Amino acid sequence: MSLTACQPDPSPNKQTKRSLLVYCAEGSPVTLNPQTSTSGTTVDATSATIFNQLIDYVPGTTNLRPSLATGWQISETGLIYRFDIRTGVHFQSNQYFSPSRPLNADDVIFSLNRQRLKEHPLYKLSDSRYPYFQGQGLSQLITDIRKINDHQIEIELSRPESPFLSILATPFIPIQSKEYAEQLEKQNQLALYDKFPIGTGPFSFVGYEVDSYIRFKRFDEHFAYKSQIKDLVYAITPDPAMRFARFAAGECDVMRYPLPIHLKLAAQQDSIESIQTPGLNVAYWAFNTQKEPFNNPKVRKALSLAINRQAIIRSVYNNQAVLAEGPLAPTSWAYQQSETPIEYNPEKAKQLLTEAGYPGGFKLDIWAMPVQRGYNPNARKMAEMIQQNLLEIGVVSEIVSYQWGTFLRRVRFGQHQTVLLGWNADNGDPNNFLTPLLSCLASQDRSNYSRWCHQEFDQIIMQARQESDPEIRKEHYHKAQKLLSKELPWMPIAHAQNSLLVRSDIHGLRQSPLGGISFEGIGFEPTVKSTPTEPESLTTDKTSQERQP
Amino acid sequence: MIGALLRLLLTSIVSVFGLTLLTFFISRQASSPLHFYRSDNVFTQYFEYLGFLFKGDWGKSSLNGSDVLTELLKHFPATFELLIFALFIAIFFGLLLGILAAKHRGGWLDNGLMGATLVGYSMPIFWWGLLLVLFFSLYLGITPVAGRIDYQYYIKPVTRFMLVDTLISNHHYGFAAFFNALNHLILPAITLSWVPMTIMARMTRSSLVNILKFEYIRTARSKGLSQTRIIWVHALRNAMQSLLTISSLQISILITGLIITEYIFAWPGVGNWLLNAVSRQDYPSIQAGILALSSIVIIFNLLLDLVANYLDPKKRRPI
Repeated sequence: MSLTACQPDPSPNKQTKRSLLVYCAEGSPVTLNPQTSTSGTTVDATSATIFNQLIDYVPGTTNLRPSLATGWQISETGLIYRFDIRTGVHFQSNQYFSPSRPLNADDVIFSLNRQRLKEHPLYKLSDSRYPYFQGQGLSQLITDIRKINDHQIEIELSRPESPFLSILATPFIPIQSKEYAEQLEKQNQLALYDKFPIGTGPFSFVGYEVDSYIRFKRFDEHFAYKSQIKDLVYAITPDPAMRFARFAAGECDVMRYPLPIHLKLAAQQDSIESIQTPGLNVAYWAFNTQKEPFNNPKVRKALSLAINRQAIIRSVYNNQAVLAEGPLAPTSWAYQQSETPIEYNPEKAKQLLTEAGYPGGFKLDIWAMPVQRGYNPNARKMAEMIQQNLLEIGVVSEIVSYQWGTFLRRVRFGQHQTVLLGWNADNGDPNNFLTPLLSCLASQDRSNYSRWCHQEFDQIIMQARQESDPEIRKEHYHKAQKLLSKELPWMPIAHAQNSLLVRSDIHGLRQSPLGGISFEGIGFEPTVKSTPTEPESLTTDKTSQERQP
Repeated sequence: MIGALLRLLLTSIVSVFGLTLLTFFISRQASSPLHFYRSDNVFTQYFEYLGFLFKGDWGKSSLNGSDVLTELLKHFPATFELLIFALFIAIFFGLLLGILAAKHRGGWLDNGLMGATLVGYSMPIFWWGLLLVLFFSLYLGITPVAGRIDYQYYIKPVTRFMLVDTLISNHHYGFAAFFNALNHLILPAITLSWVPMTIMARMTRSSLVNILKFEYIRTARSKGLSQTRIIWVHALRNAMQSLLTISSLQISILITGLIITEYIFAWPGVGNWLLNAVSRQDYPSIQAGILALSSIVIIFNLLLDLVANYLDPKKRRPI
């Protein structure tokens, strides 16, 4: 079925002057406060619109840049972070609140403490508590937050932790208004705090009809830029085919999560452009290294050589992915091209198997995750392809699958021999891959599904975590990656691309490798397709020397 | 008459009890208890649960803590609007096509219509909805794809019946918003009404054809009455009773279709809401959604039974 073949030229220009942007979203956010959720839908609806963090990512990258904090200094010990808070930042207003003062240190401390301290007046407002903040162990990491003056705060950590800045830049740690909470408390309506959110971001919240739309309008006093978009609507359309139909008919300007078929159709159309960002994610085939024969690196190497990964990229990902050589995607700043890329070489694989003592091959099971994820659109198909490849070297395999919850639980407890899984980063730091996926701690019934515990590797990533000099960190991570390609606790498969469809008369829309979108540099004039204009970078304060690459 | 009425009411009340019993057990699936019960006994807890329902305390969503009844009432107008439209299409066109076919029974019109309804009847509405969108929205470009209104109209939700709200905020956009909203209703309503309409048409035809064989019809015909008059005045009234019984079955088909239709057309009604609640295992909302949709079925059935009773003198018997 081809939706575009019979489609008349869509005419989105129903308005005289173009200032409305409709974004076709995939679902209804459960909450409009990203502190209380880790769902991508909530993040999409809030972080590009209502809120700012202390630090954020340059749109389309994972490079950090100042946002509400203009600069920061880290003490020699790596334990004390001092942030300079931007002056003249205004909060939005709504029917319940009009701010009397601009942003200051109190708001920052208030927002951070809400997720940290049980005695905070808003801590109990959300039943779900603060999954990201707590999940990252920030309550234990942060020992104190002090106000130095109205525009300076200090955060004290219990141990040096260099990913800290990257974590602060995630959309889950927005800065909100203390004064808003005080005013609501006076009116005895504190419960409205998360339902009618107030932030400092480029768009203010107008209304949310669950399952229907979220409406925003431009916040004219935003500290950094004034968008060309005056009205922004998130049109909630859960069915992907209908989402594409709406997009094709001109009912929306941006389409989230297109299917591979939509990308194909989009490529045939001049009026549609697809934005594809290499994602900061990885799909992998993990070997349970606590079981025979996978405890032998030679066997793991042999199995990896037997797989035609290029074919997987082609047929499972429709070429919407790049071949992975390690956990870190090329978009990560710590990425290093592997000197020993894994080739497809069944002959050598057979030879290695013989050396390892399995000349006739053996039997194994492949657990394929039952759900579709951005990093792995079809694990079953992938497992079938691997099964075929393994037959060529005499290894017979069986594909195993369970309902998702059961699957994860059983895999966590190591019931599998090999498993196809993946990981999507939530912050730009390389530690976000290595610690949860491959550290010794995580191998104890947690998210290290190859149950691989290597003392040397563990030491390297721990050192990298405590080091604050980015150059030295990079060296540590290069060492770690080299070790991984020698040991191969899992065979890396692919880094999938995140894609987004946009009408080609809109330019400057950015998508982060982490998946989030940014409307920052967006413009409506039709431009040359190949050269989207670079969004103006935020005014950077000269005091911010200590920035990660 | 009053006896029959009481009997109907009684059956409805029994159904409501059965229904609440079901939702009571669903509500107990929630990870944190929906209500605070004073008693430990499941039996008395059920009555406490009924008490909570009556007081309007339907529990809080396990996802974001919002009041379930408030959320339900927010979604209800969209569903109601769609349902009324679809029902109208199903009954009106169902009857019309059925009568046409009966009138020309055995002819090409009859065969053609019955063939078409058979096709329509066996079509999965998910696919049918997409086909309609493909043709009317993408090829012809005359209807919108999804949603309730174009986004350049900002209609403040007051009653949440879009047709009413567009008229209330009439001073901003004139009638343009109203007609835009009406246009948005067409495809979902056709999709939803399709199966019930075809069943209606087939049933109308078969019961009319049956009745036309009766003696009194022959008498009427021998009196020289026209075929049209015979069908509209004499046959239809008698066919009506069986049609009404069938209609009450259509309601449950309509409700099943409602969930699918709302999902594909991104229609923010109870069906869509229930579907979301199921996928997120939000038991308090599931309980409320089931209660609401099933109540619609019960209430419609009650009303139709009442009308059927009124029309059928034989049923107007005392207890």
